[in-house]
Amino acid sequence: MDLLKKLKDFKNRYASPFEMRDDGIMGMNQRNVNYIGRYNKRSLFPLVDNKLLTKKIALENHVNTPVLIGSVENQHQVEDIFNIIGDHTEFCIKPAHGSGGKGILVIKDRSKTSGNFIKASGQEIPTHELKRHITNILAGLFSLGGKQDIALIEDLIHFDNVFSGYSYDGVPDTRVIVFQGFPIMSMMRLSTAASDGKANLHQGAVGVGICLRTGRAVRAVQFNEPVSIHPDTDKDLSLLKVPHWHQVLELASSCYDMSGLGYIGTDIVLDRDRGPMLLELNARPGLAIQTCNNAGLLPRLRLIEAITKKHRLSIKERVAFSMEHFGVFNE
Amino acid sequence: MVSRGLFYFVTAILFLAGILLIAYQRITFNVPFVPNLAREIWTVEAKVEFEPNIGEASEVKLSLPAVQPGFTQLQQNTASLGYGVNYVKKDGTTFVEWTKRNPQGLQILYYTADILVDEKSQESSMIVPALIENVEAEPYATAMREIASVAGSRSSNPYSFANQIIHELSLDNEITSLLLSKYSKPELVVHILNLGHVHARTVGVLDLKDGRRNQRLHNYVAVFDKTEYKIFDPKNGHSGLKKNQIIWTDNGTSLLDVAGGKHASVSFTTISNSVSAIEAGNRKANIDMAAGEELIPFSLQALPVEEQSLFKSLLLLPIGVVIVVFLRVIVGIKTSGTFMPVLIAMSFLQTSLWIGLIGFISIVGVGLIVRSWLSHLNLLLVARISAVIITVIALIGFISFFTYKIGLTEGVKITFFPMIILSWTIERMSILWEEEGYKEVIKQGGGSLFVAVCAYLSMSSFFIQHLSFNFLGLQLILLALVLIMGNYTGFRLSEMKRFKPLAVQIKNFRNGDETELEAVRLKEELKEIKADPHNTYRTWKKQAQHMVEEEETKKDHE
Repeated sequence: MDLLKKLKDFKNRYASPFEMRDDGIMGMNQRNVNYIGRYNKRSLFPLVDNKLLTKKIALENHVNTPVLIGSVENQHQVEDIFNIIGDHTEFCIKPAHGSGGKGILVIKDRSKTSGNFIKASGQEIPTHELKRHITNILAGLFSLGGKQDIALIEDLIHFDNVFSGYSYDGVPDTRVIVFQGFPIMSMMRLSTAASDGKANLHQGAVGVGICLRTGRAVRAVQFNEPVSIHPDTDKDLSLLKVPHWHQVLELASSCYDMSGLGYIGTDIVLDRDRGPMLLELNARPGLAIQTCNNAGLLPRLRLIEAITKKHRLSIKERVAFSMEHFGVFNE
Repeated sequence: MVSRGLFYFVTAILFLAGILLIAYQRITFNVPFVPNLAREIWTVEAKVEFEPNIGEASEVKLSLPAVQPGFTQLQQNTASLGYGVNYVKKDGTTFVEWTKRNPQGLQILYYTADILVDEKSQESSMIVPALIENVEAEPYATAMREIASVAGSRSSNPYSFANQIIHELSLDNEITSLLLSKYSKPELVVHILNLGHVHARTVGVLDLKDGRRNQRLHNYVAVFDKTEYKIFDPKNGHSGLKKNQIIWTDNGTSLLDVAGGKHASVSFTTISNSVSAIEAGNRKANIDMAAGEELIPFSLQALPVEEQSLFKSLLLLPIGVVIVVFLRVIVGIKTSGTFMPVLIAMSFLQTSLWIGLIGFISIVGVGLIVRSWLSHLNLLLVARISAVIITVIALIGFISFFTYKIGLTEGVKITFFPMIILSWTIERMSILWEEEGYKEVIKQGGGSLFVAVCAYLSMSSFFIQHLSFNFLGLQLILLALVLIMGNYTGFRLSEMKRFKPLAVQIKNFRNGDETELEAVRLKEELKEIKADPHNTYRTWKKQAQHMVEEEETKKDHE
């Protein structure tokens, strides 16, 4: 009797692998061996791990990204920072190898009286603090493994107002998984108070699955469990709809042609004036997107793998194909 | 992209080669799978005593134990002060030859041999003896013929013939008493057997009894049927040797020859030792090596003892590595640093588990506190790590010094910890703390420790140590296992929990306007395109192009 109860308890806590397989849920090993290992060439990884390189190839391929004001590669260039910034008053400084939004300094304005920089929070920082931040970036304080790094200075993104109220603090970006040029699945990550303004799902950010056909929210999850409203702003998450959806997907899809990586996560932000812009690429996109979309990745990936002459399709055709086959809302 | 077929082929080859190597060592060299199965080694000491003739040089020749099934001689020694010692092989028998120019007084010479009870040994140094023509004087020759004819009529083969002869000789009658007055019984049996054209000879047999001293050889009769032979006890006609009887002289040679001496005698002392099977195997291998024969191939026992112990720990590493791969790939435990747990487990082997665990947790704990202070200083990475390394060394030094002072000598062993690795662990964990919070630190730190303990438990198992050291084929099997696991694309055990909510949700809810499960719908579409790739592709492409056109016209209208 006791054993039976335990067995039942076990069944309630763990999913059957066969059920998971039938649902097409992709596991870590599957992703690493059959998708990242097979479709992402190792030599291309630096393109996405280094944001400066990503930006470079994006410019070459006319992929829309935030404008690069300049970069600081050596310590002696730090003194030169005013020449690099020029008369920009709005910009952000970020490490080329940063991850998870670390080391990003957003400057909103410059004080006319003291010449101090004003951060997004309204706090003023003097010039030497700004320089020190750049020095820290160069020393590798924010990069993976503490390697020497490069500081990028980018034009500030003006977030589209449609997302106001959906994010507690920080960047509401759209992640689209692109497989061989086909958008496969998409989600938005909304930061919360629990996630400390960060967009990491396992830290408590809300993940919203986005329908590929319409850009509408499919469902939202926080900590692996479904939610219907944003925990901090109480905004109804099911009403979320990403504008310029065609352009977002076309931008995501073009990242394949530009990077050559078969299986990537593209992070896209919507700028009020300039539309969808590529923020960064990820050669090892996570699996939580499945939970946000209430669907497994594998059936979609397998369908794409089965198409024989996919390289003959244009970006628009690939996007149309994905919209047709992977969308969940009709309108 | 290497093809899957080749991959599986290579893996299978590795696996098979490993199995074959293990089987080869197991079968040919009898290396046991289970350690410490006791094997019996008899130490036999022959003590030769004689009085030398004054003014003469002495030459003593002692036959050495015969090569025979059931026993393998491991080692031999002589103890004989001032004698020249020489081992001589002649007519299938080995002798030890002691020589001295001018011995004085009672001489005592010792010969000891270690003999392994070895079921596998099948060799024999026994040679079929020639028939000796009967040239005995009358009436003995007639009496012998008499017995031979009686025994011959009642027997069917050499062995039953021998049996009947012994039976006839045990009868108390005129003939037997006549014969036994001139001949010893074993000698007599051999003579009569020869009359019946059966090859036979007397052999000297020693009883192996633990701790028995002053033993002599017993004369038994070896009866040949072509090249096969059986040993008969002439006293009662029993055939075959008992388990603890060893043939010492087997080719009719005398046990002891002394030139230049008198009153010579040999007595034997036998002692039994139990040794582990491994040691027995080692010693057996050493004999082969001394004889210039091939050792157990691919065995590390040919190395000096010190290098062996180094190899022992090296060969354990793959075991730990396989455990790590298993726990990370199949179970899905998060560790900080891929193979850090193995190195920690290796140091646990030196320190013992509890000391190691306490040491690890205290060092990492204090290290994290120090590191959190260092992070306020905004140091460069290399300097920061170096500072942590020095702190860790100081900590280890302090702990071992302190525990030693208060009388816990165990604490000194903490110096076996890999300090650089520990420092990196501290660095990584502290970054993790800052980025992801303490929960993740506890999760990964606990995961690392769990993996380390698992690796420790398997590496400290005496059985596994025995296997990994004695069967190098195991390494190939481990390699094949790692390759196979590296190709595993199924779910991790941890994912069964992670995706449980998703599995429940997929089962219970449809997304948006969907009426059927997406996985089912896409599977149908997959079938469709697989059944007819060309046409399906064309219709799908047309559909997409149509949608693109629609979108364009919509845009134009706007």
